[in-house]
Order: sequence, then structure tokens, then C-alpha cells
Amino acid sequence: MTATAADPKRRERVTGTPFTRALGVVTLVGIAWLVLFGLFVTPADINQGESVRIMYAHVPGAWLAYLAFVVTAISSAMYLFRRTRSLVWDRIAGASAEIGVLFMGISLVTGSLWGRITWGTFWTWDARLTTTAFLFVTYVGYLAVRNLGGTHHQRARRSAVLALLAVLEIPLVHFSVELWNSLHQEASVVGNTDVTMDGLMLFTLFLGVIVFTLMYVWMLMHRQRSLTLQDMVDDIGLDVALAARRAEAGAS
Amino acid sequence: MSASSTLRVARLVAAKDLRVEWRSRVVSNQVLPFAVLVMILFAFALDSDAVLERVAPGLVWLATIFSVLFLVARTYAVETADGALDALRSAGVEPMGIFLGKAAALAVQLLVLEALLVSAAIVLYRADPTASGIVLLVTTALVATVGLASVATLYGGLAAGVKGRETLLPLLLLPVVAPVLIGATRATESAFRTNGIAVSEGWPWLGLLAVFAAIFSVVGAVAFGSLIDE
Amino acid sequence: MKDAGFIVASYVVTFGSIGLFVSLVVSRARRVSRQIPPEDRPWT
Repeated sequence: MTATAADPKRRERVTGTPFTRALGVVTLVGIAWLVLFGLFVTPADINQGESVRIMYAHVPGAWLAYLAFVVTAISSAMYLFRRTRSLVWDRIAGASAEIGVLFMGISLVTGSLWGRITWGTFWTWDARLTTTAFLFVTYVGYLAVRNLGGTHHQRARRSAVLALLAVLEIPLVHFSVELWNSLHQEASVVGNTDVTMDGLMLFTLFLGVIVFTLMYVWMLMHRQRSLTLQDMVDDIGLDVALAARRAEAGAS
Repeated sequence: MSASSTLRVARLVAAKDLRVEWRSRVVSNQVLPFAVLVMILFAFALDSDAVLERVAPGLVWLATIFSVLFLVARTYAVETADGALDALRSAGVEPMGIFLGKAAALAVQLLVLEALLVSAAIVLYRADPTASGIVLLVTTALVATVGLASVATLYGGLAAGVKGRETLLPLLLLPVVAPVLIGATRATESAFRTNGIAVSEGWPWLGLLAVFAAIFSVVGAVAFGSLIDE
Repeated sequence: MKDAGFIVASYVVTFGSIGLFVSLVVSRARRVSRQIPPEDRPWT
């Protein structure tokens, strides 16, 4: 264990840089602001009452999850193109997918709680919700594939193909469920989250999207750096093993 | 690598897979009985002739999809047992040909399975298709099977071989086949005239199944190489 | 207001799970980084 000479008790700064520290502070302020406005300052909705407050956490969470998965898809494509092939893209794809799964999980839970209040039910099989659940399970599978082992490039290639297949399936699933639901009338009534929004509510929603984006960027940078460190350690382990092998071969 | 050599490879691989099955009878002795058993267990769980008759189409395709997992695992176990897939690849065999061949063999096995399950539904769940319903059924089975076989061969290639990967296949494959489950079940409902749905209402769902089949047969053929290249 | 529980729960779940994720990422990074000196890290 390496101890820093200056102060062994001081927590070591690992994946942080001045930029991420500043970003972190701004984000924390933003979170406090969002919670304050969301829970207290904004008015209740005419139709939905107080339950609309959940919207300020639920909607930004969903949007950022989609953004995260788009980033994963783009990074995966960048890795697969020979000219831009680099494990950096693979690690961005992986980190972004983890955050996407996190936000999607949050979105599903908060949406479920919101639904319980407004429609009396935790779940309904409309196209949007069902596709969301599908997305969640798909990217959980993606993360599982990333942990299968093998070389870094094997991992990168497998998951990159998988991410692009996932993007392909999303419209297929959405369309199928929509077609399916057109047979059932009640799905379009339940699942309707129309909110008449006044200026302050709209602003708070906007604030929510900004704060969640800041959180996403902060988490992405740290997680991607953490994955980089892990890959570097793996490579060192590999070099050590190779050197030992060669030494053995040389000695015999 | 030309188209004709790819097709030749496909034919050889498909014939090989089917010959292996013919000799070992694993599918016919194990997977088919499993599928019928699932149909029987559904009856125990649902405990009502009326309910069973109404959900018969869904049960047929659920049993099919669960059985696909075993069929795919089997088709790749055959390869990896002797490192055959790696040998094929290092010999420079066109991966698209391997994909088409394995998918074709899988499709044949699937069609046999679906025929059996539909028969079981007619016997066990009192499904009662008309002649035009049977035409719809056969068409549905053909189109759905192309999609299922393509997507299962593709994801099976990713999950094949190395220990700890086979258990991943259900998690990866089952979400993807949701459109097939939806489309095939609705079409089969029309074919069985469940709930008074007319046979004519089933044909639009074939459009969905056809789109799925088209997309995944093409994508599968193209992406397969990069998944087994390890 | 009887729904207050669900509303508060939503915010707790949201920021709580994010906080949990962040602490896991940071502690994992700390543990792994002990083997990589700061000069070798691409961002410092």
C-alpha cells in the first residue's frame, strides 16, 4: 500500500481532476436546488395534485437513460470502425451503459410509484413502459456480457455488436407492443401522463434535465477513468505473467 | 469468397447439423418431450379448460421459445465439444455460410417442434382451426421460424463455448424474441378462432413477423463473423 | 397528504441510488489505483 508522504490520512484523489471537482460542486448545488424546488417551491398540479412532484425526478431520469444508451451505441460504433478503434470508446460505452441502467431503474421505480398514485396501478403494458422495461433488461444483459472475461478487445467487440443489436431491436419491440395495444383500448387512457404545466413547473423540469445531465457527465468521467485503471492493472498482470512464462522457458 | 461458395458452405453445415441430430436423436428424444411436458404443465398451472382454450396460442409459442433455448445450446454444444467452430474459422470458412447453415438446420428442427406443439394444442387445449386457419398457421410458422432461427443462431454464437456463457443465452435472447411472440401468438389466435377472432385478422401480424425475419436474417448473416471471431 | 410517502420515496430512491453508485465507483477506483502511480494515469 503506497502512502503519500505528505499526509497518510488524507484521502487519495484518484479519478478526480480540477474540472471534475468543479463539476461536482456545481452538480451538488444543482441537486439541492432541484430538490428544493421539486418538493416545496413548485405548485401542485391541477389534475394530479402533489404527485406531480415525482415528475421532476422521473422524467429527467428517463431522458438521461436514453442519452446514455445513445452514447453507448455511438461509442460502440466508433470502436467497431477500424479507423477509430480504441479501447477508450469501449470503456465509454461500458460506463455509459452502467449509468443508463441506473437511470432507467430509477425511472421505472419512480414511474411505478407515480402511476400508483395517479392511476391506482404500479404498472401497465403500454408501448412506452413495456419498451422501457425491455431496454432495462437488454442492457443488464449487455453489462453481463461485458464481464464474461477474455481480452479487452474481445470484450469490446462482443459488447459493441450487442449494443448495436440492442439499438436495432428497440423500434421493433416498441412497434410490436404498440400494435398489440391497439387491440386493447384501456392502455391509452392509463399511462397518460399529461400535465398542464405552468412556468415554474416547466423551469423546474428543465432544471432537472440539466442537473441529471451534470450528474451523468460527472459519473461517466469517473467511471470511465476507473475502468481505464482496471484495464491498466489487468495489462500489468498480463505482462508479469508473460515475463514469468518467458523466464521459465529461458531457464528450462 | 463468392455467393455460391457461401451457399455451398451453408448447405454442408446444415446437412452436417441435421445428420448429427439424426444420429444422436437428442432433439427428438429430449427437447420435443420437454416441449410437450411444458404444455402439460401449463394445464396443471392454469386449471381451467376455458382459460386453456383461450390462451392456447400463447402457450404454443411460449413453449416454442423456451425450447429454442435448448435447441440453440445443443447446436453449439456440438461445435465446441471438439473445437469444431474454431477449426472451421481458422480454415478460413466463410462465417456467413456457417451462420446460414446453422440457422437453416435450426429452422428445420423448429418447424418439427412447432408442428408437434400445434398438434398438442389441438388435442390438449381443444384448439379448433378451420382449413383457412391451417393455411394461416403454416405461413405463420414458416415466417416466425425464419426470424427465430436467425436471431437464436446469432445470439447463440455469442453465448457458445466458454464456461459461464451458456446461462447468459436466455437473458439475451428472450427479450429479443418478444416481437415474434406477440406477432405469432396474435396470428395463431386468429387461426384457432380464439375468442371469435376471424382468420382474416391474423394476416396483418405476418407483416410484423416478416419484417423481423428479414432484418435478423440479414443482420445475423453480417454480424455473425465478428461474434465468433475470437 | 397520504401520497407524501410515495413522493418522498421517489426522491430518496433517485438520489440514494445515485449516491450509492457514486460511492461504489469511487471506492473501486481507489482500490484499483493503488497499483498505478499518479504519473501513469492519462488524466493527471
